[in-house]
Amino acid sequence: MGIGIRIEELRKVYDSPPPSAARGGGFSFTPTRSAGPKEKKDKKKKMEVVALNGISLEIQAGEIFGLLGPNGAGKSTTIGILTTRTVPTSGRAFIGEYDVWKQQVNAKLLIGVVPQRPNLDFALTAREILTFHGAYFGQSAKERNRRADELIEKFKLNDRADHMVRGFSGGMMQRLSIARAMMHDPEVLFLDEPSAGLDPQTRLLLWEVIREYNKLGKTIVLTTHYMDEADSLCERLAIIDHGVIIAKGTPQELKASIPGGYLLRLRFDRVNDELLKQLRAISGVTEVRPKEPSSTDVYADRGGTLISGIVNSAQAAGVELRDVSISEPSLENLFLHHTGRSLRD
Amino acid sequence: MNWKTFYAMLSRDGHVARRNLVPMLMQNLLQPMLLTFVFGRVLTTSGMMQMSYKNVLLPGIIAISMVLSGIQAVAMPLIAEFQFTREIEDRLLAPMEMHWLAVEKVIAGMIQAIVSGLVVIPAAWLVMGKGLNLSFEHPVEFVVVCLLVSLLSSAGGLTLGCSIGQTQIGLMFSMVVAPMMMFGCAYYPWSALAAFPGLQYAVLINPLVYASEGLRGTLAPQVPHIPTLLIIASLAVIDTVLLVVGLKKFTKKAVS
Repeated sequence: MGIGIRIEELRKVYDSPPPSAARGGGFSFTPTRSAGPKEKKDKKKKMEVVALNGISLEIQAGEIFGLLGPNGAGKSTTIGILTTRTVPTSGRAFIGEYDVWKQQVNAKLLIGVVPQRPNLDFALTAREILTFHGAYFGQSAKERNRRADELIEKFKLNDRADHMVRGFSGGMMQRLSIARAMMHDPEVLFLDEPSAGLDPQTRLLLWEVIREYNKLGKTIVLTTHYMDEADSLCERLAIIDHGVIIAKGTPQELKASIPGGYLLRLRFDRVNDELLKQLRAISGVTEVRPKEPSSTDVYADRGGTLISGIVNSAQAAGVELRDVSISEPSLENLFLHHTGRSLRD
Repeated sequence: MNWKTFYAMLSRDGHVARRNLVPMLMQNLLQPMLLTFVFGRVLTTSGMMQMSYKNVLLPGIIAISMVLSGIQAVAMPLIAEFQFTREIEDRLLAPMEMHWLAVEKVIAGMIQAIVSGLVVIPAAWLVMGKGLNLSFEHPVEFVVVCLLVSLLSSAGGLTLGCSIGQTQIGLMFSMVVAPMMMFGCAYYPWSALAAFPGLQYAVLINPLVYASEGLRGTLAPQVPHIPTLLIIASLAVIDTVLLVVGLKKFTKKAVS
C-alpha cells in the first residue's frame, strides 16, 4: 500500500538543552550538563533554542527522501517529532492518515526508527533484542524467531547473535539497530544519520539494504550530512539549515537550480569593483559573489575553460590571482549557494 | 491499551531479572541476613537485648528489604536507560501509550519487592533461631500491606529514577536511603520514639515507617504498633501520590 508523510508548519523551540541526538555532532557523547542551582534560575529564562522554524513537507509513499543539512540544522528534531520522541511546539505531523501526536499508537505501528546513536537494550543479546522487539509489536513466537534469523543472516551478525551487545563494535551496533527497526516490517523507515561512523564496506551494505527495502514499496526517510549519500540514494531531498527548508526537489533538480552549476572559488590579493565588473563580463559566468576579505565565488556554466578569461580580468583590474578551486555541480555547491557556508563548517 | 506489548515488556524484565537472579538474590539477602544475625542473634543470645526483640526486628528487616529492592529494581535501570544511551527508546517506540511503560516498570518492581520480602522471611527465621514468635492470623491484612508496601517501593523507585541522574546515585544512597533506613522504625517500633516527641512526628514523612509498622502489626501484633487500618490508609495515600508524581516525571522525561 505505501504510506506517505505530511508535515505542516512544524515549529520546535527547546526551553532546555536539546537532547544530544538532536544537538548534532554525530557520535559526540556530550552528556547533558545540569546547571548549578545558581545559574539554573537565570538560565531558565534565557534558554530558548529554536530548532525548527515552520517546516512544511510532503513525502510521497514509497520514496527515499533525504533531509540534508549540517549539524544542528534541525534534521534530528524533525525525525524526533515524526517518531513521537519530540513534542512539537506548534504545527502538525502525519504518518499516513494518523496525526503523530494525537494517534501515537497507530503511528508507531507504521514506523521503524534507526536512531543517530545506537540505543540497543544492553541487558539482552543481539538475538533477544530482535525477538523482544518483535514481541512488543505483537508477533507470534514462531514469526519473530523466523524474522530474527533472517535479519541476523542478512546483516551478517551470525557469529555474535547470542552475545550480549555491550561488547559490539560501532558498526555491528548500527547494523543491529537497522535490523531491529526492520523487525516488525514497518511501512516507513526512519534513519537518522545512518552511515555516521560506518566503514565504507558497511556503508555500501547499508545502501543496498535501504534500496532493497524501498523496492518492497516502503517509504524511507533519512537524514545525512554526506552529499554523496544524499545524491546517490535519495529520490528527493530537502535541504535544512537553521530550522528552515532552504531548498527541496530531486538531486538533479536541485543541482540544476544552482546558477551555472560550476563553482569557481577565486582568491586574489585584493578585490576591487573593476575586477568584479570584468568577471561578470566573461561569457558563461552567471553570478559573481564577492566574499570577505579578498575572495570571490563565481558561478558559471563551465569550469576550467574560464581560467584564461579570469586571469585576463585580473590583469586588467590590476590585481593578482592567488588561488583557484573549481567544483562541478554538486549538492555541496547548492548548499554553499543557499547558505553561504559549506556543509562541514 | 495494547496488552500484548505490555506483556512482552513484562516478560523482557522477567527475562533480565532471571538472568541476574544469583547476584540479585545475594544483593537482596546479604544485608538483611547480616542485620538479622548481628541484631537478632548476637545481641539477643548474649543477653544485651531481650529475646522478644526478634519479633520487633524481623518485620522491620522485611520492610527494609522490600522497600530497597523495589526502589533498586525500578530506579537503577531507569536511571541507566534514560542516560545518553537512551536504551529505553526501543520500548518507548513500541505500539503502546508511553505511560503504560512506566506502569509496567512499577509492576515489575512490585514483583521483585514481594519476592525479596518473601525470601527474607524464612532466611531470617533460620538465622534468628529460637524465640521468634510470628503470627499469621491476619492473612488478608498481611497481603494488603505487602502489596501496598511493594507498590510504595516501586512507585518510589519510579519517582526517584526519573528525578536524578547517574552521577547522583551515590548521593541518593547517602542522603535519602541511609536516613530513611535509620528513621524508618525498622529496628524499633514507632512507639519507642515517644521519648523524642518532635522526632516521633517528623519521621512520619518517611514512607518506610508505614512499611515497618504495617508489617509489624500483621506479623507480630503483640509488639506495640500503629493501628493497621491507619497504616493501610496512609500507604494508599502515599502510593497514589508517588505513582502520580512518578508517572508525570516519566512522561516528561520520555519526550523532549
